[in-house]
Amino acid sequence: MNINILTLSEVQDIKGEKGNFDVEILKHPRYVDMEKCIACGTCFEKCPKKVDDEYNENLIKRKAIYVPYSQAVPLKYVIDREACIYFKKGKCRACEKFCPTEAIKFDEKEETTTLKVGSVILAPGFQTFDPTRYEALHYGKHPNVVTSLEFERMLSSTGPNLGHLKRPSDDKEPKKIAWLQCVGSRDINRCDNSYCSAVCCMYAIKQAVISKEHSDDPLDAAIFFMDMRTFGKDYELYYNKAKEDYGVRFIRSRVPAIDPDPENNDLIIRYSDEGGVTHKEKFDMVVLSVGLEISKETVQFAKGLGISLDDHSFAATHPLKPAHTSVPGIYASGLFTGPKDIPYAVIEASAAACAASMDISDARGTEVETKATPEERNVAEEDPRIGVFVCNCGTNIGGVVDVPHVADYAATLPRVVHVDQNLFSCSQDTQEKIKEVITENRLNRIVVAACSPKTHEPLFQETIQACGLNRYLFEMANIRNQDSWVHGDDHAAATEKAKDLVRMAVARASLLKPLTGKTILVNKRALVIGGGVSGMTAALGLAEQGFEVVIVEKEPRLGGLALEIERTIEGADVKDFLQELIVRMNRHPRIQVLTESLIVGFSGFKGNFTTEVLVGPGMYERKIDHGAAILATGANEYAPKEFLYGENEQVLTQIQLSKRLHEQGAAGLAHLAMIQCVGSRNEESPNCSRICCQNAIKNALHVKKLNPDTQVYIFYRDIRTYGILEDYYREARRLGVRFFRYDRDAPPRVESMDHGLVLTFRDHVLQRDIRLPVDILALSAGLRAEDTEELSSILKLGRNHDGYFTEAHVKLRPVEMASEGIFVCGTAHGPKLISESLSQAMAAASRAATFLSQAEITLPVVTAKVDQEKCASCLVCVRSCPYDVPRINEEGVSDIDEALCHGCGICASECPAKVIELNLYEDDQILSKVEALLEGVI
Amino acid sequence: MRLSYPSNIKIIFIPCTGKVDLIHLLRAFEKGADGVYVAGCLEGECHYNRGNIRARKRVEQAQEILESVGIGGERVQMYNLSSSEAPRFVQIAKEMTEKIAALGPNPIKLASDRKAA
Repeated sequence: MNINILTLSEVQDIKGEKGNFDVEILKHPRYVDMEKCIACGTCFEKCPKKVDDEYNENLIKRKAIYVPYSQAVPLKYVIDREACIYFKKGKCRACEKFCPTEAIKFDEKEETTTLKVGSVILAPGFQTFDPTRYEALHYGKHPNVVTSLEFERMLSSTGPNLGHLKRPSDDKEPKKIAWLQCVGSRDINRCDNSYCSAVCCMYAIKQAVISKEHSDDPLDAAIFFMDMRTFGKDYELYYNKAKEDYGVRFIRSRVPAIDPDPENNDLIIRYSDEGGVTHKEKFDMVVLSVGLEISKETVQFAKGLGISLDDHSFAATHPLKPAHTSVPGIYASGLFTGPKDIPYAVIEASAAACAASMDISDARGTEVETKATPEERNVAEEDPRIGVFVCNCGTNIGGVVDVPHVADYAATLPRVVHVDQNLFSCSQDTQEKIKEVITENRLNRIVVAACSPKTHEPLFQETIQACGLNRYLFEMANIRNQDSWVHGDDHAAATEKAKDLVRMAVARASLLKPLTGKTILVNKRALVIGGGVSGMTAALGLAEQGFEVVIVEKEPRLGGLALEIERTIEGADVKDFLQELIVRMNRHPRIQVLTESLIVGFSGFKGNFTTEVLVGPGMYERKIDHGAAILATGANEYAPKEFLYGENEQVLTQIQLSKRLHEQGAAGLAHLAMIQCVGSRNEESPNCSRICCQNAIKNALHVKKLNPDTQVYIFYRDIRTYGILEDYYREARRLGVRFFRYDRDAPPRVESMDHGLVLTFRDHVLQRDIRLPVDILALSAGLRAEDTEELSSILKLGRNHDGYFTEAHVKLRPVEMASEGIFVCGTAHGPKLISESLSQAMAAASRAATFLSQAEITLPVVTAKVDQEKCASCLVCVRSCPYDVPRINEEGVSDIDEALCHGCGICASECPAKVIELNLYEDDQILSKVEALLEGVI
Repeated sequence: MRLSYPSNIKIIFIPCTGKVDLIHLLRAFEKGADGVYVAGCLEGECHYNRGNIRARKRVEQAQEILESVGIGGERVQMYNLSSSEAPRFVQIAKEMTEKIAALGPNPIKLASDRKAA
């Protein structure tokens, strides 16, 4: 309701300052009236002009009037002026002639408008690298060399081949496909993109796995890579699964050239393995895993606004202020600030929203529009009086289904007192007509036989609500998407099906009951659990937007793991930053800090939680009422059991090394070795800890700066300096840091000799063992989740294999927990850098603020309810609920809290006594449809 | 995408396949349905964690019952697909229609037809 989407619009200029900007916007014409277009697709069908479909990577054609893709928002057609015959030659107007709602507006003009806003967020996105310039890869010349984005469309069930895998040259199903990684990434010779694009390893694995699943015959999938960068949460598990369960081949080699086979359409790849042996292999198709980059247009746009860009044209941000651009009041998110995957793009978007809201929190809610609804008519005592409205949807339904016949049929159904047919049921005038008819005939149940309830149910519900009917006394029969659109070849069968669907809808309508969601007040206070950088940032993010915050920390002081960290790899001073955060925390009038405190109890539901805390140092019990909670319990460095750690003083962790370097420097340090993946990517802890590669390189660079003569050796399995971090890896190599790769089952061996530590490792090129005396061995120990086990049982929250909290949706809801009102951030969610933790903390604050800013919340009506008189307390519901909601109350029967119920209905269908019903989907209501459908069959 | 599929398929909407009750499945056969299938999300991708796994178990239960009473367990099936897989939806609709056509009408119907005759 308070989001206004301006499509086909470009920002021309932004003037003003933080808190008060004027944004000049150029609105291009759509040539289609958004109010009138019903997205029926008639124009698309009739338009004679075919052009390349850019959404499908130009693999197929679209029309000059089109919807860019099926999930487009708003779902309205648009005319491509460059392609349209009328705009080119002055004739045609076929779309206008056939449009059933007169929505075409050829005379629409460009418009300029100015918006007054307080903050601005930039999210201009990216483009994929164009590999045409890599001539040796034959992209653009050989049809079977495709980019990963083209291949993505080929695999898609909505793509050009409907998901059937075919190679372009001859439509043959490929039997062997190769993926070449780092095309347009990590390359300063053939292009300027020195950074890692951060997403290609994962998408290549995904494509390989899906290709194997889509192939009728076994498919051979081979990925050629330099370092496998599956550093995200649970990504390593996916990589292992692809390797072990799907048999995807991973070949460590960068392929410089592809040779087309002159005999046929196959492609030959020559590569050398780690031992230097060359191989030759033939493939049916080659996919180029193209990297991500900022477009020239975005660079120009950013420069026009005075936004500073880094060397790679990404928006320059400070590691400790990840959402801020160089212009105060203008924030950035997504690929614009560097390569990243969807979860991190979503996190950054919410972080930017937090920063933007903090500047303008005084104005919160001042422009929100609300609609008044009339008082509800009590229909409990009335017999059902059903009105049926059958829609023609122009010719969409009417052209296939015999609508008058269906309408006549509807009139014969029990309890139907009024039937109408409409040209367009969704049009404004029809809505008014429906209202009149409802009032005139005292209708108390409404059936609309038209399109999908997904798109149109809310509209009709508002209409009936406006004349005093409860919005749930409404039922739709989808005679378009489920009938006329898919059975167009048999009009008689479609008409019969329409009658069936209407009969089913009418049967259910008679059994509908009015439902009202309970409203509950929202307690405006938030509880933050954990006082590290994430918890403090989240607390300040909320407090500065006007919310009261209580923060609980188990240690005597705030700071968490960051207390151990001196600087970020970029050189930002973490110590200073932390001190400033702590001062702000302690001074903030809306923040209450409880140190040495423990969470011991938790109850309530979204908006109204109560948490019991033992507050130190006296450990007295305190109950805190709050509306939302943010989990920021963090993680700790793993204490290694490997490589003589704890036995030999020369063996340190990276954090200990970093401290030592800051305290003692590197004078006299001749040989420093580091071992990566200690306590990560192994049996016990299968995932990657994400931060250790950059940590090792940060310390290596520091040593080289302190003492250029120190020899630094890093033993690694894959170097995972994703995104712009790759620059530091390259710098380390330039400064002479030496990198040696080892296999998981053959790690370096360490011995404690009389004269010191000696490391033995296998050199892949020389194919022999090498012994190396070292002064210090630094172990890149992974991260371990902290305190999540106990908390997860108190707060009833999910955790993954590694003990990190499980978010509601890996990609789309990365800071929300499945239980509403509870949010997660920082390393409690999974290993991440400080900058990433800060983003996620701000994101959690933003999502929590959105939740807390509601005065009251209306609970969903689709919840389960128990007939407690008949409950046998068998506990089946308690055991079957995926969210642990049902409990046995004081009277010894099952109780389902509607504020906690997610409405899946599992308990209702499991209950052996059949005494649980799901509102709106009661057994009678579902069975009425079954019985109506099969009426007269027996 | 408006892909065509057999018009004998009629959809009854439920919030999650976990809501499908054994009674719903069996009532359909009692009333003369020739076939019923449950279309749920891919296993592991249930919005409500494991509703589709419970649905599968109930379909299996229904299969056993239908088999033991002589109606035929194959008449009820569980399919898993995601909302973006229109071609697969069509393929399933066709597959199920063919399967049921091969099995012939619900035997309950045959009995009532005989009585009527």
